[in-house]
Amino acid sequence: MAAEKMALAKAINESLRRALDNDPKVLIMGEDVGKLGGVFRVTDGLQKDFGESRVIDTPLAESGIVGTAIGLALRGYRPVVEIQFDGFVFPAYDQIVTQLAKMHARSLGKVKLPVVVRIPYGGGIGAVEHHSESPEALFAHVAGLKIVSPSNASDAYWMMQQAIQSDDPVIYFEPKRRYWDKAEVDTEAIPAPLHKAQVVREGTDLTLAAYGPMVKLCQEVAAAAAEEGKSLEVLDLRSVSPIDFDAIQASVERTRRLVVVHEAPVFFGSGAEIAARITERCFYHLEAPVLRVGGYHAPYPPARLEESYLPDLDRVLDAVDRSLAY
Amino acid sequence: MTVESTAARTSRRSAGSKAGATGTKAAGTRRRTGAKKGADPELVQLLTPEGERVKNAEYDKYVAGITADELRGLYRDMVLTRRFDAEATALQRQGELGLWASLLGQEAAQIGSGRATREDDYVFPTYREHGVAWCRGVDPTNLLGMFRGVNNGGWDPNGNNFHLYTIVIGSQALHATGYAMGVAKDGADSAVVAYFGDGASSQGDVAEAFTFSAVYNAPVVFFCQNNQWAISEPTEKQMRVPLYQRAAGFGFPGVRVDGNDVLACLAVTKWALERARNGEGPTLVEAFTYRMGAHTTSDDPTRYRGDEERLAWEAKDPILRLRRHLEAANHADEGFFAELETESEALGRRVREAVRAMPDPDLFAIFENVYADGHALVDEERAQFAAYQASFADAEGV
Ligand SMILES: Cc1ncc(C[n+]2csc(CCOP(=O)(O)OP(=O)(O)O)c2C)c(N)n1
Repeated sequence: MAAEKMALAKAINESLRRALDNDPKVLIMGEDVGKLGGVFRVTDGLQKDFGESRVIDTPLAESGIVGTAIGLALRGYRPVVEIQFDGFVFPAYDQIVTQLAKMHARSLGKVKLPVVVRIPYGGGIGAVEHHSESPEALFAHVAGLKIVSPSNASDAYWMMQQAIQSDDPVIYFEPKRRYWDKAEVDTEAIPAPLHKAQVVREGTDLTLAAYGPMVKLCQEVAAAAAEEGKSLEVLDLRSVSPIDFDAIQASVERTRRLVVVHEAPVFFGSGAEIAARITERCFYHLEAPVLRVGGYHAPYPPARLEESYLPDLDRVLDAVDRSLAY
Repeated sequence: MTVESTAARTSRRSAGSKAGATGTKAAGTRRRTGAKKGADPELVQLLTPEGERVKNAEYDKYVAGITADELRGLYRDMVLTRRFDAEATALQRQGELGLWASLLGQEAAQIGSGRATREDDYVFPTYREHGVAWCRGVDPTNLLGMFRGVNNGGWDPNGNNFHLYTIVIGSQALHATGYAMGVAKDGADSAVVAYFGDGASSQGDVAEAFTFSAVYNAPVVFFCQNNQWAISEPTEKQMRVPLYQRAAGFGFPGVRVDGNDVLACLAVTKWALERARNGEGPTLVEAFTYRMGAHTTSDDPTRYRGDEERLAWEAKDPILRLRRHLEAANHADEGFFAELETESEALGRRVREAVRAMPDPDLFAIFENVYADGHALVDEERAQFAAYQASFADAEGV
């Protein structure tokens, strides 16, 4: 039996295990990824089974982690590095933006950097500051990086396989608040292409587009809206760079309305890019402007306020109503 | 090894470190002793784990005039800090705090160094410096807001010259350096202390802080509490030379002090602060200590370390050590300890009550203080937020 129900974190763990098994060039690197198995236990047991030279506890230095991963990749390895929390990627941001993203182009395509940077991201777990951010737009703005974010265990499993196999650097955003959500994972399936969006619920009145942690919320919104007789389509974008605009366009041509939902601040966020492109592509199909639901232009608030800060059922339903009112 | 011989070796070695301090001999040129954790003869120690006062030619003078009253004060500070910490851990277990980073075992490092600072000095902590905050006069209940999740800071850094806790590892070492550069530009004789952990010393920011402070001769003391672990990673996973020796490569002295010896921490920090005030530039103090509890309440140390280590360090407990000294020297009687116990209970109660009474923040706090001069987008979003909140009131028929 290849199909098994597992939590999203466990699916990534199984996927990493498979990659380590299949390819001796695959390495896991990061803070506390060894004995501890990472603070979320995503790498649990891997060092025990693959040893300290494949699953490497690094010094507490993110620039060092990504910078040395680049060097290892130049030498033929395929490092998968863990950044412990979203807010701690910034010491490595320089290496990611100025080096990792650009070396392929600078070498006229001679150099490939198959580095995966895993970042647990997003809020909803009541953490202290720097532990709940959604910085995907900051990376999407940089050419040379691919950015994905699974929303469920099956995608988490397969997208990790594909990210590791990709010759491009991939920033792999893990929706930490969904780590413990279980779903069926078929480890012998033929997965969808890495950057393809998927319709996870069909509908006719409006499209909700989301990725990562917000997909589940959008499914709940669609279920709630269905009780009011509204038929919402939910699109799991899965990839933030590139974005599958064809899939969004196809959906919007059917439903004529689009609401984009993400946790990151709306201002200069991925929703802005989607709204602009879809407006260009679907101007005559749209019955309403593309609306966005996301975080505010404010620092991520302390835990006791995050419920008000994060998109929730009501805020998305509100946007749905506004769209339908046009 | 007898107490005497340890003392003699300690003082000879630290004489070497002082020579390094004055520039005649770099700290890093001293031989690596290869000594095991906790048995390093280069450790500056003034009180043995048994509470015996040992002589130290270099550092004795910094605590020479210390009175029995002051010693009791240090003891009181450590006991109350531990009590506060234990209360916070309990409050986390009861769901009143989302997270807690305990300082258990590090009281001497924090109280010793904290009490060495002067009111006009400025301190830049990480997130575990509850004892230093105590010394700076920050009300301990203020420290709990960010762990409860009602704010991202919780006190006015300029109120007690104690900066906000910094969670991004190592960042504040640069802030401290810059602040110290400012102090020097102003011609003031105050100094700055930057606290960070052994893990943090791997960060580029910390190395850059070392670079800047050396180049600009900034009056800053880098106080690194080497509690042996950075979450699950032992110090060996961060660096292969004793941490204090790293200062030499940057051109300033580094000293390893027994971090469970409050007197030694006080003396060494005073020495380093004096250097700063005298225009002699930065110093790295490595307080060799131990994190007796978990990294934070989210951590499970049983996954990466055994009990033996903890037991060995419990024997070096900083509080017990000073108590033994106070008792042996007849500096404190039963009455003192009993009174302190009462005070400690009262502090626990106060902290508990204060946390439970801490109100959730106003919803609109999200939009407060995002900018000093305001911002049109924030105003717009605040208004949208207000309309949205009001729609619930309407729906409820208010
Ligand atoms: C830049 C950055 N990376 C990772 C983390 C996550 N993290 C928090 S504490 C910690 C270990 C810190 O160890 P150390 O500096 O020795 O200080 P200690 O907590 O032991 O006092 C880590 C990895 C962080 N806060 N900041």
